[in-house]
Amino acid sequence: MAETFEPVIIGFTCNWCSYRAADLAGTARIKYPPNIRLIRLMCSGRMDLTFVLKALAGGADGVLISGCHPGECHYIEQNYKAMRRFQMLQRALPQLGIEPQRVKLVWASAAEGQRLANEITKMVEEVRALGPLQWPDGLHPESVEQAAAQEVTA
Amino acid sequence: MSENTTSPSPQSAGAAATPQEDRAREASQQPRMGGKPKFAMYWAASCGGCEIAVLNIHEKILDVDANFDVVFWPVAMDAKYKDVEAMADGEITLCLFNGGIRNDENEHMAHLLRQKSKILVAFGSCANEGCVPALANLSSIKDVLAAAYQSPSTENPQNIIPQPSWKAPEGEIHIPTLKPWLKTLDQVVDVDYYMPGCPPESSQIAAVVDLVIQALKGQAQLPLPKSVIGAGGSTVCDECPRQRNIKKIKKFVRIQDIRPDPDLCLLEQGILCSGLATRSGCGALCPKAGAPCVGCYGPAAGTLDYGARLMSAVASVIDSNDPQEIERILDGIPDPVGSFYRFNLAGSLLHGSKAAWT
Repeated sequence: MAETFEPVIIGFTCNWCSYRAADLAGTARIKYPPNIRLIRLMCSGRMDLTFVLKALAGGADGVLISGCHPGECHYIEQNYKAMRRFQMLQRALPQLGIEPQRVKLVWASAAEGQRLANEITKMVEEVRALGPLQWPDGLHPESVEQAAAQEVTA
Repeated sequence: MSENTTSPSPQSAGAAATPQEDRAREASQQPRMGGKPKFAMYWAASCGGCEIAVLNIHEKILDVDANFDVVFWPVAMDAKYKDVEAMADGEITLCLFNGGIRNDENEHMAHLLRQKSKILVAFGSCANEGCVPALANLSSIKDVLAAAYQSPSTENPQNIIPQPSWKAPEGEIHIPTLKPWLKTLDQVVDVDYYMPGCPPESSQIAAVVDLVIQALKGQAQLPLPKSVIGAGGSTVCDECPRQRNIKKIKKFVRIQDIRPDPDLCLLEQGILCSGLATRSGCGALCPKAGAPCVGCYGPAAGTLDYGARLMSAVASVIDSNDPQEIERILDGIPDPVGSFYRFNLAGSLLHGSKAAWT
């Protein structure tokens, strides 16, 4: 099981830098694992923590947030907002029983395709080592009870 | 929670008839045969404050009595579960259900009252979003029991922990079994209306009771099914009279640490206030009295995850771009989940901590 586990990672990328960095990685034929699903936002400052929690609750094993380097935001300083939200979330995640390493913040400019690919590769391996998150769907409460029962029998 | 928002004013019903709409219409058109419409109120995992709030509508409670036959209300009258079980399906016209679903007794009553009620209202914060009892979703059942029966402040020399069943000389007896975590009412059964608040404000309860009575007489329409009743569609900030400026927070403080300016926004003064993500309807009672909003009216319309929205908003107004300084400022919020999900943990996207089931 541990060998075949392929983590699902949702990546929120900024239209002006990290999404273009991913594009650059593609055109430059830089390889990175296919475990990440990128979602383009206009700015990392658009990233509401709801997006991160919805991804984790909906089956993702990790979330990557990526934006322009500090001081280089297309919208002056919204990436700092993303940073503050990220730091806030890092304090809440352990209380919710989620390893903080499952959520990562990476700065990547449009020229840094290699850097983004490296960071994605690193994160996939880190999350793979943590194992699946498999958050039970509380809207289907039996899944929680099944999870609890499995723990007892395991 | 539904994103429909309706104040307790008459609303026209939508075009597509859902089972809830049918139930609601049936309820409002019920002929007055065989006495008055029947009213029930039940408490599951709750504190009893909702019942007090209902009684706190003062002389309006006489209208409830004049217009309804109170058939089941454990806190106020003697009735047995078997009385409810003996009723016909849909026999209860209006059932206010407060409390979360923490054990199998709560769950049984939720299913039973759903079956027997035409209009089932998730009443109060616990039934809507879990409220304070849902903070136990951060711990395993074992830890919850240990906190209750084995903490240093508890005198329990024989170390007695409640067991689901017990063989007494007279026979085996049972108490309800705890579920791994607390669920909201609509995570267990179909709910017709949502009435938030911890507890709902008595003036809002009175208005809702009035509306239902008018609807039963055919003088008003019930709100759209699944809507939030007895609350506003905006945020507590909208109702708060304090002066608001651009927020820039350098330091979070506890209310007892400073002498707050009586006219200025509390959040601007560094006091963590939840008004900006919380549904309006209470009239900003707490901020008016100098205390920060704690968020008891639940998520404002359109909010998927209350705590995430509040964390995003509060983090945004921290006045620093330096990671170390941001960490120092965040040190002023020692319990983020307890502060941001105080009322909404069961209703949030994650519903609790992994610790609850592992």
